[in-house]
Amino acid sequence: MRFFERLMGRRDKSSSGRVAKERLRLVLAHDRADISPALLDTLKDEIVAVISRHVAIDADGVQVTFSQSARESSLVADIPLLTGSRKRRK
Amino acid sequence: MVARVLTVTSGKGGVGKTTLAANVSIALAMRGQRVVVIDADVGLRNLDVMLGLENRIVYDLVDVIEGRCRLRQALVRDKRLSELFLLPAAQTRDKSAVQPDDMVRVCGSLREQHDFILIDSPAGIEQGFRYALAPADEILVVTNPEVAAVRDADRVIGLIEAEEQGLARLVINRIKPNMVRRGEMLDIADVVELLAIDLIGIVPEDTAILTAANRGQPLALFSDSSPAGRAFHNIARRMLGEDVPFLTLREPGMLKRIFRFVRSGGEL
Repeated sequence: MRFFERLMGRRDKSSSGRVAKERLRLVLAHDRADISPALLDTLKDEIVAVISRHVAIDADGVQVTFSQSARESSLVADIPLLTGSRKRRK
Repeated sequence: MVARVLTVTSGKGGVGKTTLAANVSIALAMRGQRVVVIDADVGLRNLDVMLGLENRIVYDLVDVIEGRCRLRQALVRDKRLSELFLLPAAQTRDKSAVQPDDMVRVCGSLREQHDFILIDSPAGIEQGFRYALAPADEILVVTNPEVAAVRDADRVIGLIEAEEQGLARLVINRIKPNMVRRGEMLDIADVVELLAIDLIGIVPEDTAILTAANRGQPLALFSDSSPAGRAFHNIARRMLGEDVPFLTLREPGMLKRIFRFVRSGGEL
């Protein structure tokens, strides 16, 4: 498979060019939004606190991330509810 | 005749702003355009040596701004191209000697008699960048295919968009096709996707750039002798509205790869 990819001239995921692109994608999203990873953590904690006051959520499963399209970025919060918790515990 | 004012900027230093400004100015002048190129890097004058005009400077940008000479007196005419002029930076002053309004005024007086005014911006995003950007109708953002340069370019693009300062287009400088092929360098599509602005040029890494700078004879003077020289001319042609395909730096075709693979005994 690897041989085939090399033959096709495709870059594998560990190539430094690919790594550079992925790192830049994240850095630019933070730069553009002026939100540091630390602030993102704070946001996540406070979102968890506010929502748990009203709804049962899986606090460990909460993810706050950037979504990026062209030159616009948005915050995306993925907050799993605990309604299906019985099933998940199995 | 009203000139277009183009500012060449990058955020990060050392990516090739001055080389690009010098060569694109020459390429435009060789196409019959009347060009003034302004060295806006007050205190760190460099464009004069790049163009080989360092011995002909009498007055500079700050002399013009502070009224010690007329604008015409400060313009250095290029010996090789009669329609190319340099307005040199002051070497013994600093960026605080120039305000954004000064640049707008200087460009305003040059607009009538020229087709293009190129401004070679200093690195950074401080005063020098601000005054270099102030009169711009269009901006060329120069970057290299590496993490730090792309990040700084993104910051600069953000500032340009915030100022609503005209159309910004991207030049990717110092591409090394061999490294891109091995996946060890960001490729053109990556950089364009990340920065999300229009591309106007790609310039391959070329050792001839250095030897040209050594002699003060920019590559664009010998348009077809080198890949980078051709790339600068292509940028000038695109600025003039020509539809010029980008240099092909793409990987070799399938057949060539199979041939290479077979020859290397499957090691590739």
